[in-house]
Amino acid sequence: MNKWKIFTNGLLKENPTFVLLLGMCPTLGVTTSAINGLGMGLATTFVLILSNIVISTLKNVIPDTVRIPAFIVIIASFVTMVDLLMQAYIPDLHAQLGLFIPLIVVNCLVLGRAEAFASKNNVLNSTIDGLGMGLGFTCSLTLLGIVREFLGNISFFSHKLANIDGALVFVLAPGGFLALGLLLALINSIKNRETSR
Amino acid sequence: MEALVVIIISTVFVNNIVFSQFLGICPFLGVSNKISTSMGMGAAVIFVITIATLVTYLVFQYILVPFNLVFLQTICYILIIAALVQMLEIMLKKVSPSLYQALGIFLPLITTNCAVLGVSIMVIQQNYNLGGALLYAFFTAVGFALALVLFAGCREHLEMMDPPKNMKGMPIALITAGILALAFMGFAGLNLFKY
Amino acid sequence: MGKKIESDFKNILICLLIITAVSAGILGLVYSLTEKPIEETKKLNKENAIKKVLPDYDRMEECKVPIESAVENNVFKKEAKADSLSIYKAYQGETLVALAVETFSDNGFGGRVKLMVGFQADGSIKRIEVLEHHETPGLGDKMEPAKSDFSKQFESMKNFPVKVKKDGGEIDAITAATISSRAYCDAVNRAHDAILSIIGGEDNE
Repeated sequence: MNKWKIFTNGLLKENPTFVLLLGMCPTLGVTTSAINGLGMGLATTFVLILSNIVISTLKNVIPDTVRIPAFIVIIASFVTMVDLLMQAYIPDLHAQLGLFIPLIVVNCLVLGRAEAFASKNNVLNSTIDGLGMGLGFTCSLTLLGIVREFLGNISFFSHKLANIDGALVFVLAPGGFLALGLLLALINSIKNRETSR
Repeated sequence: MEALVVIIISTVFVNNIVFSQFLGICPFLGVSNKISTSMGMGAAVIFVITIATLVTYLVFQYILVPFNLVFLQTICYILIIAALVQMLEIMLKKVSPSLYQALGIFLPLITTNCAVLGVSIMVIQQNYNLGGALLYAFFTAVGFALALVLFAGCREHLEMMDPPKNMKGMPIALITAGILALAFMGFAGLNLFKY
Repeated sequence: MGKKIESDFKNILICLLIITAVSAGILGLVYSLTEKPIEETKKLNKENAIKKVLPDYDRMEECKVPIESAVENNVFKKEAKADSLSIYKAYQGETLVALAVETFSDNGFGGRVKLMVGFQADGSIKRIEVLEHHETPGLGDKMEPAKSDFSKQFESMKNFPVKVKKDGGEIDAITAATISSRAYCDAVNRAHDAILSIIGGEDNE
């Protein structure tokens, strides 16, 4: 398969958030600001790439019946690593993301790619897939974070744009659902316009 | 008694796990097309969360803490949960085939339900004792089931509606969830916490 | 593609054993490597907070003051581990110029709120920094000095206990986050109770 195609597949055509609707918990939970979305996306990308590499390397020595538990252990190790490293070197972001770091383990995106791609493809392709999917996830999270932060606080990456209060609801829990729903509708309308042309 | 009421109200309504903590969104969006299936899923989640919390709590207090292995928390918990779900599935099949019929298909899905892992980590963070942890876990799961069933009810009605073309499917479902979450925010005004 | 390993009991056992052993080993390694930096960043954070809430000083003394249990006999919570507060006394020469108290409250919306409160020697508040909180983004997190002026209200406050206006005090609570504001006041009051034993309660009614 074409390497470029694998890469853009995760970024656009099968974007994990907007098309596959995978990994919704962190998507909605941490995107109260753009920087949180970016941080969470990069942490997930890191785990995704490494777990894809390891799993595609080991795919032939893991017996089929226990492949899911084995994958989970591998993923959980990388997540704990990210957790510890973030605690040591970027404690502020770690404190903001809180519980959602250990929860990368159960992000269906990571396990889903391990099962659907890494366990069937070679190491290079799996790495590219992890990178593409991870970046796709990161972009969507950052985009959602930007939208919510702008509507809720009128700020962009914590820089206040105007000295007025935003619609606070977009930073709060319900706003996560609303913002994602509206973004999906917008994407649908762009898609529909393109197909009708 | 008062403490019990506070736990129940705050976990089921005020800090509802789906609407205010954003855990368990995947099954919340995935298994909410019909009220009947959502009830099955809700019951299975209540079952698994309570038992998983019991086991992980004991493992944390009596194995991880004494041996100074707290950093292995995530990996231990997820293994325990995965193993537990498999065991429950096998046991249910043997002990109560009728219950297995009802909950069986949902059990494998629960391993990747972040609510389970989330709750077992949260009871440690919030410093509950064993009894508190079990109550907290049980009622959080009840809150999840409640959210799921309510949302399924809304979606059954949505099926018959005719939203704008671009809103069809997920977008309108998400916006409905947003409005439900808004309603649940109202519970935050309850003055439960004594000063 | 190479030959798949068969799923018999022996292979499953060996495979899972190796994977778990290797990952536990690697994690142990990473943990021992990051243990020190984590401790250091925590210490650095605390030191920065102390510097921010205190005026210039040239000597510092640390002491612990016992407090009553913070958890009001809640049968579902474990006994609170912290039964004392750390107080950092700042001296200029031999005179005590200010105190910083590391205090907390368990009444926050998202659990424990940890503050560093700086007091002048006369018992009035100098400045407050938030060390740790789990309040809702957009609401309760406005207690951070960077996000709103909420904490500024406390500066040079002298009348204790501090209370939000709803409870008959003088503090404007954060909009829609009365619980967080109350927890904040609770932590501040706890800090003030702790320093009374050092500076004496002379000027408080």
